[in-house]
Parts: sequence; structure tokens; C-alpha cells
Amino acid sequence: MSGGYENRSNKDATITNTVGKGEFDPHPGTGHPMDTAEAFLVGDSMTGGYGKGPDILHDCTLSVNPGEIAVIVGPNGAGKSTAMKAVFGMLDLRQGSVRLDGEDITNLSPQDRVVRGMGFVPQNNNIFTSLTVEENLEMGAFIRRDDFRETLAQIYDLFPILKDKRRQAAGELSGGQRQQVAVGRALMTQPKVLMLDEPTAGVSPIVMDELFDRIIEVSRTGIPILMVEQNARQALEIADRGYVLVQGANAYTGTGKQLLADPDVRKSFLGG
Amino acid sequence: MDFLNAIVALSNFVLIPAIAYGSQLALGALGVTLIYGILRFSNFAHGDTMAFGSMVTVLVTWWFQSMGISFGPLPTALLALPFGILGCMALVLITDRAVYRFYREQKAKPVILVIVSMGVMFILNGVVRFIIGPDDQRFADGERFIISARDFKEMTGLSEGLAIKTTQGITVVVAVVAVVLLFWFLNRTRTGKSMRAYSDNEDLALLSGINPERVVMYTWLIVAALATVAGTLYGLDKSFKPFVYFQLLLPIFAAAIVGGLGSPLGAIAGGFVIAFSEVTITYAWKKVLVYLLPDALEPSGLVQLLSTDYKFAVSFVILLIVLLFRPTGLFRGKSV
Amino acid sequence: MSTTLKNTLLFALVGALILLTGVMQSWNSALLILNMGLISAIMAIGVNLQWGFAGLFNVGVMGFVALGGLAVVLVSEPPVTEAWAAGGMRIVLGLLLGAATVVAAVLVNTRMPAGRLRVAVMIAVLIGGFFLYRGVFDPGVDAVEQVNAAASGFLGGLGLPVLLAWPAGGLLAAGAAWLIGKTALGLRSDYLAIATLGIAEIIIAVMKNEDWLARGVKNVVGLPRPLPFEIDLQNDPGFVERAVSLGIDPVTASTLYVKLGYSVLFLVVLLVLLWMAQMALKSPWGRMMRAIRDNEVAAEAMGKDVTRRHLHVFVLGSAICGIAGAMMTTLDGQLTPGSYQPLRFTFLVWVMVIVGGSGNNLGAVLGGFLIWLLWVQVEPIGLFLMQVMTSGLAEDSALRAHMLDSAAHMRLFTMGLILLLVLRFSPRGLIPEK
Repeated sequence: MSGGYENRSNKDATITNTVGKGEFDPHPGTGHPMDTAEAFLVGDSMTGGYGKGPDILHDCTLSVNPGEIAVIVGPNGAGKSTAMKAVFGMLDLRQGSVRLDGEDITNLSPQDRVVRGMGFVPQNNNIFTSLTVEENLEMGAFIRRDDFRETLAQIYDLFPILKDKRRQAAGELSGGQRQQVAVGRALMTQPKVLMLDEPTAGVSPIVMDELFDRIIEVSRTGIPILMVEQNARQALEIADRGYVLVQGANAYTGTGKQLLADPDVRKSFLGG
Repeated sequence: MDFLNAIVALSNFVLIPAIAYGSQLALGALGVTLIYGILRFSNFAHGDTMAFGSMVTVLVTWWFQSMGISFGPLPTALLALPFGILGCMALVLITDRAVYRFYREQKAKPVILVIVSMGVMFILNGVVRFIIGPDDQRFADGERFIISARDFKEMTGLSEGLAIKTTQGITVVVAVVAVVLLFWFLNRTRTGKSMRAYSDNEDLALLSGINPERVVMYTWLIVAALATVAGTLYGLDKSFKPFVYFQLLLPIFAAAIVGGLGSPLGAIAGGFVIAFSEVTITYAWKKVLVYLLPDALEPSGLVQLLSTDYKFAVSFVILLIVLLFRPTGLFRGKSV
Repeated sequence: MSTTLKNTLLFALVGALILLTGVMQSWNSALLILNMGLISAIMAIGVNLQWGFAGLFNVGVMGFVALGGLAVVLVSEPPVTEAWAAGGMRIVLGLLLGAATVVAAVLVNTRMPAGRLRVAVMIAVLIGGFFLYRGVFDPGVDAVEQVNAAASGFLGGLGLPVLLAWPAGGLLAAGAAWLIGKTALGLRSDYLAIATLGIAEIIIAVMKNEDWLARGVKNVVGLPRPLPFEIDLQNDPGFVERAVSLGIDPVTASTLYVKLGYSVLFLVVLLVLLWMAQMALKSPWGRMMRAIRDNEVAAEAMGKDVTRRHLHVFVLGSAICGIAGAMMTTLDGQLTPGSYQPLRFTFLVWVMVIVGGSGNNLGAVLGGFLIWLLWVQVEPIGLFLMQVMTSGLAEDSALRAHMLDSAAHMRLFTMGLILLLVLRFSPRGLIPEK
């Protein structure tokens, strides 16, 4: 029946407003819990795709521990972002499980996973452009009913530029600063784990280096970080764990250094 | 002296009516712009929502009047206004629950919601006419003027009088209070900020734990309050007639678009732009010019640019000009 | 149940309801419903062309219908020679000057380099042109309106046969639609809804206020008809004889004869337009329109000029509404600008299209008949329901009187309810798009 509501693509921006309209559908869970290896956050043997479409992930496993940075790399279309979305509950999993701190969260919606302590920074549209920087951070802490001023101060310590610009609309900031706002917003919930989807997409190399430095700093506070990266070499250099995905499946797994040293990985994905 | 007379005539016939009308339009446009910003469609039923809220106010006012309750020199309608707002809030919440929510859950295209709002418009139109009838209703009481033309002439010795109707004064005061409250709410409270966040980026708002249904509910409540206030003020100032509220839809939409759809500040500016243009273009300027020009140049006609029946054309032409030269509206709205 | 059978049954049901009206109320009202149903079906085809085929949200149907009505006056009324002599030429000249001003302003805007000077020249042209136009135009209007103000006071028409007014109404509406489409579609394809809503109000405002054109709210009555007058038929011995031989009272027979005549005329127009719309739907043009509707971006990427196509379909759809408007005014025999209401002439047509099935011409036709029938019959049914509901109340109860008085407003409520119910439970309408 819902088909009836989709057959007109009226673009009339006067009468309808699609700006900021939500696009994702939460697709949590397989309905079957599974036992997996010990790790703080695990996406274990995940198989699934969007809606009733074909499977994009095939038996894909990712994990990360406190103090670690885990990086997902791979060629275009390998399902890197999809794998991360699967961990966050935005994919229809047909098999596998996701566990956080020993708890099975496979069947939770993305919003509930945020409540359980997952911080997620999407690749696009990851800030409220019309709100000020400080309001962005406040909205990050929306689910907290306690006093979050301390967290706010911590984030300003971590990203000093944000403190200077806290009264400015986030949409007016530069690309690198926007990413800092996005990460800061996700940190406001004091998450147990932070997930970043291509945080350096579309920023200059200098800004990219700075962003990586910031990410290392965040990781030093003890938060496990799982991130997807386009710039495989730089990312693997800072990675404690690296996952190379090919066609939605694990191709190579190891520490960042091991992967950088692996001749096959170098030849296939790092350009020699 | 002639110059003063000209200014007084200008204030009396142009400035004061335009300010009052502009405030009413601004309040109406705020409602339209909020729905557009949060629920992401143009609510064609807004005029009739205003009519419904005002109707409840009118009925409660009559009831108060019959019980001998009055508000001194102020119109009794002000006492009845909170009841009108409550009635309108109940109406929009029921409508949302019974009608709009289904389409949100279906993730229907916004244009479907526009058509749905046409259906709601029909129903509300029918309900209002059913309850109070299609005719003009008078419900204003209390003191008619803050300053009457005669008092003003006696006070100043000018030959032009300046009359400020109580309803005009009340309109401006109430509108200012309502707007200040609204902006305080949107910019200072947690719920208000979450509404702005939701309007900006629905997905991220969800990820931040903002409950969309709560945001939508608060939006409807605010819209109901704004619509009732706008409708009641308009009814006090002119008169209450259901069909007129339906016709207000065009200037209200024009105001919201001129200001930039989705921008509350723009809605206010747009309301005044439309009101001032309507009044100045359809006003017969002879009265003012008589004082300013030397006798030889005195105009023979009324010096009226357009007959008052063309006030729709005025809002429309302004709309067109803004769309031509600044399509996002005066304040960058969302209609890009 | 096959689709064809279902559709046939739906049409048969509407036909049966109209017949029932004939039996229960009177054949005159049944024919009136049929005639207006035919006109409504044509309007619905026009709107369906715009919305169903192209996804254009036109809420200015009322304006085009009214223009069609205006065409009837302009074409079929005899010219008022004294009025033309008094100020007709002045009015024409004034209008030409006004048009020239607009053209000059557009030229200034396109030809001159941007800057202060252009703005200044533009304002000078507009203001100068406006006063020039008013200076020439106003005295002409005064002179025309003074000619036999009580009975005439307007320029009249061309005095041509009234049937010519139907295509003329379509042309007039098409011309207006082209102008609107050029501004609203050409600049930004998306401001159509509010633009059309406004244009419709302006068209009505012009028709109400420009007395020299069609007497404004003083109305033009007694328009020429394509069919004989009832009174002439009653005085025709041959007709009376035939009526008596059929066992019908000659007065009733004459009214039925005229109404049936209209039905035949309208049916012919409906069938021609329906056939054309069906052919258009199946043609490559129609397929392209739907492709654009379903994915504007992809169509544009394939090199389709979306704006141009939209302009085509907008003009065509509006022209059909104009034809329907002309037919309606001919049927009424009078032009009453005050009677044009957006709820009745814009939004009701939308209900017809949505209920019938957007994107399907047969659906639009069915919707036109069905919704018109309901629009007419809801009032007596409402009154009946109110009488039943209030029968327990005292004869002189105020509530009872109020409820009975208000039954007339049940229509709007019912239409809204039907629209919402269809959108909720059968969003593709009674006869969905294939």
C-alpha cells in the first residue's frame, strides 16, 4: 500500500520541504543472538544488506578494544561504510551479532544503541548547520539529564578552536572544524565507543593530519574508536587494528603495522 | 502645520493599520513557517485552523458576556483567548493523531501531506461553518479607542485626527509578547533547541536521542497558540467571518515565502512587508498629498494606485518579485 | 474481478445513482447532475493531465474556469456600439500602453547591463508607464461604464455563435496559463502552487472589478444559448403535440429537452477530450511526461527539457479547464464572478481527481461524476440525517433549529472526509493508474 505514496516526485519546495528530512530506516537485528569472541565492541560474522535487497556484507567481523583505534579500509564499494552501519544497526542483518561490553545489542535500534553508549559520526550531514557550535554540542548531550558542563569543558579542551567559535553557526565553519564539531557532538554523550565514518572525507591533507592527531588524542582518553577511512596508508599508520574489506568480506586483518608491511596488501590496496 | 497634518494622516490611514495588519500576518506566517520547518509541508489548513481557534474564542467570549464577565476597558475576548488556544491545541493534536501521523510513519512524500492538509481544510471549513455559521460575527467589546480622532484634534489643534483603536494597540502588544515568548522558547530552552535541531537535520536529531513525536507535538501546540492568537486579533480588529480566514491563506503564505520559508524571523519581516505594501498601494493618497503639495499641484483624483479589491494582486506581485530576485526569501529560508 | 469489469461496475453504479435521483427527486435534477457531472469530468481530466501525468501542483483551477466563463461573454454577447464609441478605443489603447510598459521593463532588464542605472531606468519606465496607462485607461473606463449603466455599461462581445466560445475559453485559459507558466515554471519550476493560488484570486478580482469587461459583480445575464429557449418550445405546436403524444406535460418536456440537448453536447466534448487524453497518455509524449514525473533528475540528465514539457502540459491542462468553464457558463446562461469560490472550483476538482485515481483519465471522469453527485446530494441527505437526529428534541429547541440550519455545511465536511479516507485507504484512487 505504501507504494501509493511514492508515485509523485513533486519538487515543489514552496509547499514541501525536504531539507533536513530524514532518510535512514533503522533495521536492527537478525533475531538470533550468537556467541562471539571476547572484545569490547564486536560486529561478529555479519551478513546482510539494505531492506530486501541483496546481501552486501558476507560473514564480516569487526572488533575494537578500549584505547585502540580500529580502521576499516578497502577499495571503493567494498562495503566499508556498510559494515560500520551494520554495527550501528542501520542494516538488515540476516546473520551474525553485534555485542557491546559483553551485551548483545543486535536487536536494538540505532537510537537505543546511542543510549547504550555508542557514539556515531556519519559521513555526511553530521552537524546541525543552523545551530551554533555550542548548541550542536548541547544537542549531542540531549539524552543526558545530568549536568554536562564538565563534558563540554573537556571537549573544548580537546578541540580548542570550538571554544573560540562556540557562538558561531556550525554551518559557517571550515570542513575540518565541522568534523571537530561532529566528533565533539558524538562525544557529548560520554560514549563507551566512538564510530567515525570517513572523518577526513573532503578535507585538505594538512587538515587531515590535524584531524588524525585529534583522533589519537580522543583515543588516549581510553575510548575505543572504530573508523572507516578512504586514506588507507595514513589511517593504518595510526591503527592498532586494521581490517581490509573486499566485497563485503574480511580480506586481511592485523595490526596497522602488519598490514602496511604485508606485500599483498601493499600491492593491492596501497599502490605498491 | 501642513506637514504635521500630512504625517498624522499618513499614520492614521497607513502606518497604524499596516502595523496592526502586519502583526496579524506575521503571527499567521510564523505558524506556516514552523510547520514547514518541522513537518516539512505547507499546511493549506492553516487559515481554517486560525478560524477554528478564533471561533472557540468567540464562543467563550459570548458566554462570558452573557454571564456579565468583562475585562474593563479591554475586550472580553482577551480573557477567552486562553480557552480558544486550548481548544485549538486539542483540535490540532487530534488532527495530527488521526490524520498526519499515519503519513509520517509511512514516510510519505511531503506533497501527499499537502494534499492531506487540503482534506483537513475542507473538514475544518465545514466544522466551523457548522458550529458558528458562515456569517459575520461581532464579539469585540470594551473601549473602542485608545485615542479617538476627535480627542486627538482637540489635544493637538491639528485638522487631521489620529485614531488608534484599542484592538490595534492590543494587536501590537500581544504580537510582540507572543513573538518574544516564541524566540525565547526556540533559542533558550532545551525543547526549543531540539525543535530547531530536528528541523535542521532529522537523522542527526534521531541519533542525538531527540524524540520526533515530541518535537512534532510541541510544534503543533505552538502553531495552535499562534494561529488562535493571530485569528482572534484579526477578528477583533476587523470581524470574524470563516471564509475570510481561508482567504488569508494567500497573504500568509506570501509573507512566509517572502521572508524565507522555515525562518521565523523571516515570517515576521514578510508579514510586515506584505501588510505595508497592501495598505500603501491600495490607499488613496489624496488626503496626504493635499497637505504636502502646493494648491496648484493638488491631485484631482484619489491618487490610489490600485483599488482595494486588488490587495491579493499586491501580495502576489511582491511574492513574484522576491522569487525573481531572491528566491530564498529575505532571510535565507529553506525553499532553495 | 477483472479491472474492466470493476471499472464498468463503478460507472454503472454512478449511472444508477443518477437514475435513482431521477426516480426519487425529479428528472430535471437528475439531468442537471448529469450535465454538471459531465463538466466536472472535463475539469478533472484537465487537472489529471497536470497532476496525474506531470506531477504539477496547480491550485488555480478556479481562475482558468472563470476565464472560460469570461470567454462566453466576450464571444457571444453582441457588441455594445455606444460603449465602443464612448471609450472603447481608449481602453484598448490603455491596455496596449500597459502591455508596452511591461515589455519595455522586461527589455530593460534583459538588454541593459546590470547596475544602478538599470534599476533607475527600470523604475522610471514602470512608474512613467503606469501613470501613462492610468491616464489613458481610466477616462475610457468611466465613459464606457456610464453608457446605460443599469443594463449594460460594458463593451460587450463579438456577437458570434456561443458554441465558438468553448474553444475560445480554452484558448483564453491557455494564454493565461502560458503567461503564468513562463514566469512560474520558467524561473523556478517549484513555485507553482502558491503562484497558481494567487493567480486564480487575481483573475477573479479582475473579473469582479473591471465592469467595462463583463459588468463585474453586476453579472451578465441572459447569455445566448446553443439550444432553443423552453418558452419557445412550449409555444411550438409541433413540440407540444409530440410531448403530449409521449404523455409528458409540455412544460416539463421542454425543460427536459433542453437539458438533454446540453447533455448530448457536453458528452460529445467529453468523449473527444477523453479520447485525446487517452491517446496522449499512450503516445511517446505521454510516456515521456510520466518518466519526467517519476524521476525529474534522470529525465533531465537524458536531455529532456523538463521545463518546456511542464509548460506544455500546464497549458494543455488549463485549456481543458477553460473549455469546461465556458461550457458551465453557457449552461448557467449567466456569468456571475462573485460565485467563484476556490473550495468549489479548485479544491473540489482536486478531490475528484484524487478520489477517481490520479494518473488515470477514466478515473478522473468517474471521480468527476461521483464527487459532483455527492456534492449535490449531501445537502438533502444531511438535512434528512439532521431531522432524524434531532427528532427527539422539542420542536422549538434552539439546538434543533441550529442543526437543521447548519445541514448545508455538511458538504465541505463530507468532501474533506472522503478525500482523507481515499488517501488513507486507497491512495491510488478508485481506478488506479496502470
